Amino acid sequence: MLEITALGKTYGTGANASHAIGDVSFEVAEEEFVTVVGPSGCGKTTLLKCVAGLLRPTRGETLLRGKRVTGPPEELALVFQEYSRSLMPWTSVRNNVLLPLRHKDLAKSERNRLVEESLESVGLTAAIDRYPWQLSGGMQQRVAIARALAYQPSILLMDEPFASVDAQTRGDLEDLILRVRDQYAITVLFVTHDIDESVYLADRVIVLTHAPTQVKEIVPVELPRPRDQIATKELPEFVHLRAHVARLIKREQAPAEEGLVAAAGNPGGEAG
Amino acid sequence: MRMRTIKIAAEIAVPVAILVAWQLWTASAHSKFFPRLSTILVEFRKLWLFSQFGTDVVPSLERIGLGFAIAVVAGIAIGIPLGLSRWARLWAMPHIEWWRAMPPPALLPISIVLLHSIGNTQKVAFIAFFCLFPVLLNTIDGVRGIDPTLTETARSYGLPRFERIRRIVLPAALPQIAAGMRNSLSLAVIMMVLSEYFSSTSGVGYVLLISKNTFQLAPMWAAILLIGLLGYLLNLLFVAAERRLLAWHRGWRAATPT
Repeated sequence: MLEITALGKTYGTGANASHAIGDVSFEVAEEEFVTVVGPSGCGKTTLLKCVAGLLRPTRGETLLRGKRVTGPPEELALVFQEYSRSLMPWTSVRNNVLLPLRHKDLAKSERNRLVEESLESVGLTAAIDRYPWQLSGGMQQRVAIARALAYQPSILLMDEPFASVDAQTRGDLEDLILRVRDQYAITVLFVTHDIDESVYLADRVIVLTHAPTQVKEIVPVELPRPRDQIATKELPEFVHLRAHVARLIKREQAPAEEGLVAAAGNPGGEAG
Repeated sequence: MRMRTIKIAAEIAVPVAILVAWQLWTASAHSKFFPRLSTILVEFRKLWLFSQFGTDVVPSLERIGLGFAIAVVAGIAIGIPLGLSRWARLWAMPHIEWWRAMPPPALLPISIVLLHSIGNTQKVAFIAFFCLFPVLLNTIDGVRGIDPTLTETARSYGLPRFERIRRIVLPAALPQIAAGMRNSLSLAVIMMVLSEYFSSTSGVGYVLLISKNTFQLAPMWAAILLIGLLGYLLNLLFVAAERRLLAWHRGWRAATPT
């Protein structure tokens, strides 16, 4: 349903040009869960914003159900890493979830139903009238997820959504997103820097190179579903897959790290 | 509880002590220019409660209210597009900086000539013009300071422009707009006195001028006391309203680190 073809993004021009994304192509099938993982600073967020229609790519294109993405598509929702900054602090959880529905052509009762249903599916029915900042970080990110679900997208893009919560909450949120994915039958494109997470969630893992970013390898994940934080993670296939992805990324980081070591060892680089 | 006691002392006891000191000093000094507090208070009652309340206090309050309201509406209406567009700012900011730097008294004569008026039109226009700038500049800053994550969220959900302004831009900028409004409100009192002092036939500033010119020092002091009280009470009202309407802002700031 999503085709990304020869996508590239360059900031600036001439000598100052910074090539964030070199040449990225991949496809995401209907109802597939695809994770994107890569070394730090490899332009994952830039890639996602290009796909979401928030940034104009310099080269290539994205097709969503055969239609070229030129602005934010109606059937796509985006969840950011910074949950506390993507929610409106001045209004209730209910109004936050309602925000993307207000301009949709829906009856009021239908709108309320969507809001209540999506909040229920993330387990936040009790918090509907609270302010977002009265909730914990994990709960706030669940509000952001509920808002995306209420919008009824066919594809959900997530930009490192669980990077700023603690490890236990993170596990819970991973299971939550797998559950609502089944419940709402949506396609998910999920960017992360966490290798375990990328394997645990995915049908396929797309491993990126460092900038200018290219696709290094696409790793199919054929672990049984439903996944389980403990049982899945002790399967030999899981251990093998995560090691494989980790090796791919480590190889990507190695040249950069060697560069740092060389710079530190250079006597000219030391002051005094 | 202790903090509360200290607060009450600072808010009430200290001003009362100053007034008592004023009374004691003036009673012994017998100065023509500094009448006794008791004399001033008697005059205050005679003037403002309520023989000249309708003829002088009400017009002044009307001018403040109207001028301030116009400034707030115009400041927000102009400030939002300027805050959203770098291009618009590029062209508009030099003009805003120019007029903002203009000392208000310098424009008093021209305001009378241009508006053919020493009545309400001129006073309200004068107050509105100078109260515009704090609201305008704070609106621009507030809009520019909106978290990009929030605007990108709105954009990714395809919110139409008007809806984006109404649901995101305006509420997000409101705490800073309120800070500007508070500055404007105290400025409105100053502009009211200034415009009435310069040319008028009614108002608290007018009473101040006439009393001074006729060496009636007790009414002059009574007018000064009233102007001070007006400014203080208006600010108090505003802060109370702000606390209610922007309660989320204090809660959010307390809950958010940094």
